[in-house]
Amino acid sequence: MSSPDSGNRIVQWIEYRLPIFSWLDHTVGSGYPAPKNLNYLWNMGSLAGIVLMIQIVTGIVLAMHYVPHGDMAFDSVEHIMRNVNYGWLIRYLHSNGASMFFLVVYIHIFRGMYYGSYKYPRELLWWLGLVILLLMMASAFMGYVLPWGQMSFWGATVITNLFSAIPLIGEPIVTWLWGGFAIASPTLQRFFSLHYLLPFVIVGIVILHIWALHIHGSNNPTGIDVKGPQDTIPFHPYYTVKDLFGLGVFLIIFAYWVFYNPNYLGHPDNYIPANPLQTPPHIVPEWYLLPFYAILRAIPDKLGGVIAMGASIGVLFLIPWLDTSRVRVATFRPIYKQFFWILLADVVILGWVGANPPEGHFILIGQLATTYYFLHFLIVMPFAGWFESPRKPPDSISSSVLEKGGGNASAKEAVQ
Amino acid sequence: MTSYRQMTRLRASVFALATGFILLSAGPSLAAEDSRTLKSPGFSFQGPFGTFDRGELQRGFQVYQEVCSSCHALKYFAFRNLPRIGFSEDQAKAIAAEYEVTDGPDVEGEMFERPARLADHMPSPFANDNAARSANNGALPPDLSLMVKARAGGEDYLYSLLTGYEDPPSDVELGEGMSFNPYFGGRQIAMPPPLFEDGVEYADGTAASVDQMARDLSTFLTWVAEPDLETRKGMGIKVMIFLILLTALLYMVKRKVWRDIH
Repeated sequence: MSSPDSGNRIVQWIEYRLPIFSWLDHTVGSGYPAPKNLNYLWNMGSLAGIVLMIQIVTGIVLAMHYVPHGDMAFDSVEHIMRNVNYGWLIRYLHSNGASMFFLVVYIHIFRGMYYGSYKYPRELLWWLGLVILLLMMASAFMGYVLPWGQMSFWGATVITNLFSAIPLIGEPIVTWLWGGFAIASPTLQRFFSLHYLLPFVIVGIVILHIWALHIHGSNNPTGIDVKGPQDTIPFHPYYTVKDLFGLGVFLIIFAYWVFYNPNYLGHPDNYIPANPLQTPPHIVPEWYLLPFYAILRAIPDKLGGVIAMGASIGVLFLIPWLDTSRVRVATFRPIYKQFFWILLADVVILGWVGANPPEGHFILIGQLATTYYFLHFLIVMPFAGWFESPRKPPDSISSSVLEKGGGNASAKEAVQ
Repeated sequence: MTSYRQMTRLRASVFALATGFILLSAGPSLAAEDSRTLKSPGFSFQGPFGTFDRGELQRGFQVYQEVCSSCHALKYFAFRNLPRIGFSEDQAKAIAAEYEVTDGPDVEGEMFERPARLADHMPSPFANDNAARSANNGALPPDLSLMVKARAGGEDYLYSLLTGYEDPPSDVELGEGMSFNPYFGGRQIAMPPPLFEDGVEYADGTAASVDQMARDLSTFLTWVAEPDLETRKGMGIKVMIFLILLTALLYMVKRKVWRDIH
């Protein structure tokens, strides 16, 4: 990161006319003070941004070879896999990149929930993040339709039909979404157009998200506000190098999927061309949408299911106010901390139910897990805040760091 | 010190849960097919260093030619792919020339038949799906190009299916023209047992047991489904070594930069 007061005359010339270097310095450079105690869970934000860039770059290359037409889409994907130079690599990066994007973002969200990063004064920051999540889901869903395999086609059928649950105007809305009276080439073509558009909308919201982040700065593992310069370190070089190391670890995991198990996270049915006359035995979305799919199916009524699924994200918008605790971080909240891990387990159970056909005991488990999901936010969150007596957080970030590093410091002194 | 240990444990559990989440959710959807556990004979292309055995590939191609191709298309396989499975270019041209493809229109506007060239794809045995159904008792023999990737279990599924034909148990009544195969969804399959002892005479003299033919064919169809598998795995090794070294270096840089903070 070039410092704005650099002696470089070209930098000075540009800086005088467009202060882009000082802007960068205040965004990810030495001019941005960050709490000194951020742990590795705070790597996920920059990782998510990097994966978004990987998705956009690989996606642009794929779009050069892909044909968004019902008769040619499947063949064009195979053309990419077989005839385009390193087409298989670009496509596997893009398809597994979607999974990695959600993995990173889900860790990011649960980190925010554990450390109370949604609480005052970061409510809008949290909201913008949820808007990004919704846009990601829409993009991922439409992207999954593009190869025009069986799961693409029938996944699109299930999801677009959800809109028919809206009273009165539901059916016309579905016809309008499809661009016809059935899912066919017009549907695929508009999904392609929107799949290309939405990531750039995400980029826009990400900019707002980072802007909002910089107003009050990052939350931190103690949840205590920064009280002065002794609590912070410059983002560069400390967090740039920490993020780079995290990026390395992330890329190793990513590369494992791309090079050694590229189709594991997908579904074999999507290598069968779309066939409107043959419904697959089990229609399942990609893993990252399974918990929501389970909530959708937990309600026996179609409209009710759609409302529940919408509410499962909607309720997240309310948690800055549903959480009544004065302490931000679950670490100091002995009761709430337990409930946090139960919620995480509950979401995993929902995902497992979503992956299985809605029969037998899966129905009951799905309904219980769905009920618990909402109970957590609507009951546990406010009541835990009211009735729990939290432990006292440390006085300041720097004192918590000294306490943690205490052993090392005295050891160093002893050596000297 | 304790809070640091707590953090480590927290981090470990988050990653473990996230990983478990993926495995749990993807697992069942991939192992959906009812019926019994697939056989895993072990293939040379499995594992991180896997490569295809050229002998298996060429024998598998021969089984496709002599057995499968009378009903099943292989539309994504081109004759120019033959050198990649170990045939010489002249052999590939000779094999292509055994097939007739429709070309045209010529200068008079007529379509005409000519011997296939390297640029052509494997011709389909039937003109269209209706012709294929009508010749096969109403069942449509699927294109085999992507079969290994389009079925849970991949090459193991294919091998199990090909070697898995049995006499039906007494409580199963087979439909007309159907065969019993416990590895097939619904256990009744319209394809009669395709492989018989010495059903093909291998060009390289290998004994053509059912097991051998099933193994060769599964290998060949894996190649057709994923022709860049060897490139992918070979590149993966280099990428992994590079990333692990880079990450180790970044970790050391991180330690150095952060040394004075704690």
